[in-house]
Amino acid sequence: MTARAPSRFALARVAAVFLKELIQMRRDRFTFAIMIAMPVMQVLLFGFAINNDPRHLATAVELREDSPLSRSFLAAMKQSSFFDIVAVTHQAGEGDAMLQSGDATFLVVIPEGFEHRLVRGERPEILLAADASDPIAAGGALGALEPIAAAAFEADLDGALSNLNATPAPYQIVTQRRFNPEGETSFNIVPALLGVILTMTMVMVTSIALTRELERGTMETLLATPVQPAEIMLGKTLPYIFVGGVQTVLVLLAAFTLFHIPFTGSLLALLAGVTVFTFANLMLGYLISTVAKTQMQAMQLTFFVFLPSILLSGFMFPFRAMPNWAQWIGEALPLTHFLRLVRETILKEGGFPATSGDLLRLTIILVVLTGLALARFRKTLD
Amino acid sequence: MTSEEAVIDVRNLTKRFGGKTVVDHLALKVPKGSIYGFLGPNGSGKTTTIRLVCGLLRPDEGEGTALGYDVVRDSAHIKARTGYMTQKFSLYEDLSIRENLDFVARLYAMDNRKQRVDDALADLGLKERASQLAGTLSGGWKQRLALAACMIHEPDLLLLDEPTAGVDPKARRDFWDQIRRYARAGVTTLVSTHYMDEAVQCDRIAYIAYGKKLIDAPTKDIPAQVGLKAWRVEADDLTRLHDRLNGQPGVELIARFGTELHVCGMDDALLAAAVKSVADEPGYQAEHIEAGLEEVFIHLMAQSADNMK
Repeated sequence: MTARAPSRFALARVAAVFLKELIQMRRDRFTFAIMIAMPVMQVLLFGFAINNDPRHLATAVELREDSPLSRSFLAAMKQSSFFDIVAVTHQAGEGDAMLQSGDATFLVVIPEGFEHRLVRGERPEILLAADASDPIAAGGALGALEPIAAAAFEADLDGALSNLNATPAPYQIVTQRRFNPEGETSFNIVPALLGVILTMTMVMVTSIALTRELERGTMETLLATPVQPAEIMLGKTLPYIFVGGVQTVLVLLAAFTLFHIPFTGSLLALLAGVTVFTFANLMLGYLISTVAKTQMQAMQLTFFVFLPSILLSGFMFPFRAMPNWAQWIGEALPLTHFLRLVRETILKEGGFPATSGDLLRLTIILVVLTGLALARFRKTLD
Repeated sequence: MTSEEAVIDVRNLTKRFGGKTVVDHLALKVPKGSIYGFLGPNGSGKTTTIRLVCGLLRPDEGEGTALGYDVVRDSAHIKARTGYMTQKFSLYEDLSIRENLDFVARLYAMDNRKQRVDDALADLGLKERASQLAGTLSGGWKQRLALAACMIHEPDLLLLDEPTAGVDPKARRDFWDQIRRYARAGVTTLVSTHYMDEAVQCDRIAYIAYGKKLIDAPTKDIPAQVGLKAWRVEADDLTRLHDRLNGQPGVELIARFGTELHVCGMDDALLAAAVKSVADEPGYQAEHIEAGLEEVFIHLMAQSADNMK
């Protein structure tokens, strides 16, 4: 009995495989680095950026009268950590425009004659309008505004006016949910899912575009021909524009027929956005493909792009509630701009002038990604 | 010098990978219409040199031309008129034979594409199997497909990197018939190989080891140039004969060819004495012969291995 039965489980062979894997892992420094760096970066990134208790939401205040009471109210709002005052206007209509453009998530309006009517006990209205296309962000606003108003007016309503401090409050807060009056979460989620789906599939397919050629050895044939880098890039990405088009049609059909989402804006503006966005994602994937050496690395880098796209773009959590640095990262992601564009066109009756800012930013991202990918492309096997 | 025009003319070609010099100040001059053999042990830099010539790698040093174009600056022009057959099959296994040829023809922007692809399929004898996936072909057929693919744009220069590795002798012979037909039509071929029956088909041979060129001469002059002496020795018991000759002064190489041994060495007198010393073997027969290419190259490889020590 010198040799062991070959069929028996042997720890020695497990060790052999284990050691081989360790060696290969150590050799493949890049994959190893991703495995270590990714969780660290993600914990730091998302741990700080994601906030389910939204605060610091962009708010426009429209003061249609200049009175001691309206000034106290404004001062109190500035103290609040829930609302971040991004603009104070005195002109009717300006606040509405900011809400429409997405520069503000909330609009608070103090109407003309507010102080006068309050003193006369007519219980004037304070208007709180919320962009309810993102229902999560809109949710806590009313609860946050009531104590602010109470505290603001309490100090001013003293002496002869102290009787006004009785209940009910001498004013009323009227809330309006704009763009999605029912606060339907699906109205927000379903159009946004179009962006997430396009990000996932488009980045994934092109991320292996070049690594697959490298791994199969066909890159050598390709590079030995007169074909140019830009030709390879376009030839490899264009087919997926059609795939993206089919996905878009399917998601939009589902949105309108299954979820009864109203389509309020310009279809042309939406399609222009979808096209540029799809291209940007394809280029992002292609850029990954020029960096990764194996298909495995390409997949890991793809997921490295997915998570911030989903968490920092305003898809999962209100964009304006994230800290500034997280918003900056978000601004670099194609999905962020696409989400704004898709909400604008589907829910907010938006058309070309309103979406042109997002479209321009998407185009800039596309151009930068294309330039980087071409710069990264190696024309030789070095 | 129209007939002696050099299609490849490179000097001082040097390529390093991570501090290791793979090609070391190599010069190569390949005349138009010739079949130039590129020999050397594994890892000697043959593939790297071929890749440097067709612009797939950038040389660290050196300069030169291929087809009259600068190998560093004008690689796009070189690629357009060169057919490069890689050592490993590098067409698309998930495309059919016709699709592969059509793809390559499109990359070279060929006119009459369909006609050319049809002709190539007919030449290959693959017309009936044109829709078969390339990945399902046997090794020999893959090689023929690869050759057809790198000839479809009618290149003036063929770079073949061990084109017949792992291919049966019949397919190899057909392959070489094809190469000679191209050469007669004026196509210049640089071909790397390990097979001596292929090496003898070349007009000229460059032998490289460790990135350095050791010999560059017309094929028929190489044994004389190296100066290797050889004896053909026969006996009833070849194994004992081998053991007795092995290690004797002057005996550098013993190669077995069927029922005889080829005993080689550089020193004629020592070699003759060693051969005489086994004359008592039953069935002994000995004859002074000219060293063959194979012995010459085995000898060269053994020498270059010594150089490395």
